[in-house]
Amino acid sequence: MVQSEVKFISGNEACAEGAFYAQARFYAGYPITPSSEIAQIASERLPTLGGCYVQMEDEIASIAAIIGASCCGVKSFTATSGPGFSLMQENLGVAIMGEVPCVIINVQRSGPSTGLATSPAQADIMQCRWGTHGDHAIIALTPSSVQECYELTIRAFNLSEKYRSPVVILSDKTVAQMREKVILFTPGEVELLERKKPTGSPGEYLSFRPDDDGIPPMASFGDPHLLRITSSTHNEQGFTDDDPSNAFTLIRRLYDKIEDNADDITQIKTYFMEDAETTFITFGITARAALNAVHKLREEGNKVGLINLLTMWPFPACKIKEAVANCRSLLVPEMNLGQLVREVERACCAKEVHSYTKSNGKNIFPGEIIQAWRDSL
Amino acid sequence: MALIEHLTQEYLRTKKLPHIWCPGCGNGIVTAALIRAIERTGYDQRDVVIVSGIGCSSRAAGYLNFNTLHTTHGRALAFATGLKMARPELKLFVIMGDGDCSAIGGNHFIHAARRNIDLNAVIINNHIYGMTGGQHSPLTPTGMKATTAPRGTLERPFDLLVLARGAGATFAARGIAAQPRQLEQLIVRGATHKGFSVVEALSPCPIAYGRRNKLGGAVEMLRSMKDSSISVERAAETEDAELKDKTITGVIYSFDAPEYAEEYYRSISDNKG
Ligand code: SF4
Repeated sequence: MVQSEVKFISGNEACAEGAFYAQARFYAGYPITPSSEIAQIASERLPTLGGCYVQMEDEIASIAAIIGASCCGVKSFTATSGPGFSLMQENLGVAIMGEVPCVIINVQRSGPSTGLATSPAQADIMQCRWGTHGDHAIIALTPSSVQECYELTIRAFNLSEKYRSPVVILSDKTVAQMREKVILFTPGEVELLERKKPTGSPGEYLSFRPDDDGIPPMASFGDPHLLRITSSTHNEQGFTDDDPSNAFTLIRRLYDKIEDNADDITQIKTYFMEDAETTFITFGITARAALNAVHKLREEGNKVGLINLLTMWPFPACKIKEAVANCRSLLVPEMNLGQLVREVERACCAKEVHSYTKSNGKNIFPGEIIQAWRDSL
Repeated sequence: MALIEHLTQEYLRTKKLPHIWCPGCGNGIVTAALIRAIERTGYDQRDVVIVSGIGCSSRAAGYLNFNTLHTTHGRALAFATGLKMARPELKLFVIMGDGDCSAIGGNHFIHAARRNIDLNAVIINNHIYGMTGGQHSPLTPTGMKATTAPRGTLERPFDLLVLARGAGATFAARGIAAQPRQLEQLIVRGATHKGFSVVEALSPCPIAYGRRNKLGGAVEMLRSMKDSSISVERAAETEDAELKDKTITGVIYSFDAPEYAEEYYRSISDNKG
């Protein structure tokens, strides 16, 4: 039996390892701290895997290039941070509208604009959800450890292929650059998903005709089946079509194929929830501080629990609601001025919800969460 | 006639016709030249990908029966770069408009030229933003009117082919819609050239450009386009002073240099070996 490899690496390195494990073979990017290690590793490793690394002229071009590569059937990814993620919003829309699988790793840093270059933050939650214009859905995963960086990146490629959708890894500067032990999977240990390919004759294939699951099979450029991808509102043939009922059917399907599958897509990790009276709900590096706070409070006999969101979008509302059914109150610590707490309030409107926010380029420490919990009593 | 029939059935999505272009628009002439050029290269239909951005010109992709990637304004070359690097055996034609390519897409244009990646850029230059209603572009000649230059633009236009040369392009040609056969040949030359090729196709936009500048209808615009053009061969024998207001057509430059995708894959197989 092949032994699992254990490594001591950073979150960024783990994302790259996860991508290679998932058979990603194309990377295009533009340098930006604190994500550049991913590009550096990709430039070193992809050529040895027969893949391709291209350094583009900006982040707009980077996401464009990975979409182009993915249309050839090659699993593709890029990595960036705040200002670069802002530039990617335009073509993130192309990946959504054109239903092109790809993975974008956004290592969150302080903003707005250049901000505290480059201090940690968790303030791109809503940009990730709504940053590209128009009605749409998005998948975003939020790792809180180096191991999760590895595992969620593999999962990101799987979801991306399964749902023919871009997937964002919403990492953060601290998780990306801290080093921890990681257990890497052996080949075959994790199932890798591939996009559905057309099965009928080339003459019958329509690039955007969905199966019953709402997801159209995708040919690759160079296949016998011609592929037509467009950023415009289109019909099943991929031709620009401004008929209102066609437009609505398309927009609805693009939205529903993600939101209706929230149960399959979303993951949360729960800790000490059996008898918790108050639950901390958070994600990323703040979930690590919150877990430490929970341990300390439990030692004093306080009934507190934790939900660590591994998926931010679609919002795991049902899973959170179920987990907190018996809780009295919720406390949402986050490194921004209160983006996650509103979603929690929407999902759990019958509960008493407290917010603890911090937006100064510093991580939230366990003591602050404990104090916020005491203040909420 | 039989050839036209064949080209139409094979390479146009006839069900999508009639097209959206205005009467007298030159985009159809350039698109037809592109189709004939692709036919002449003998490329397999499945190996051809048409990439386009946004604008009147970019709508051509929709009517063409090939693989198509219709992207965002100005970004076509960036998408095409990823595509070519992932599958270098594919034959890529990138259709852009003048504003699309030289304003919002200017950065992608110079970097595609710098890499000398084997993409065939066909730029339909009608000197104006047509689809958005006739605003001036970086290729609008100084003094010409536009909806955003009611007194005539003060800006100086790019010479796209000189710009491309400075950035590293290895092939550039200019054709005019008034001479579609030459245009077709130039696109073939660009396609068979290894490396980044630029074919600028001057094309009349009688609606958003010609009318405002009193250039007449499509026929007059095509005629004056023809009258003011001179082939690169004849230009070589003509005094500079006489060339001042002339449009030089033909292959402006062509030379060999390492092509990016080929170099990349050669380098990785060398490293592996
Ligand atoms: S506006 Fe000009 S370029 Fe656009 S379709 Fe009409 S004539 Fe052609």
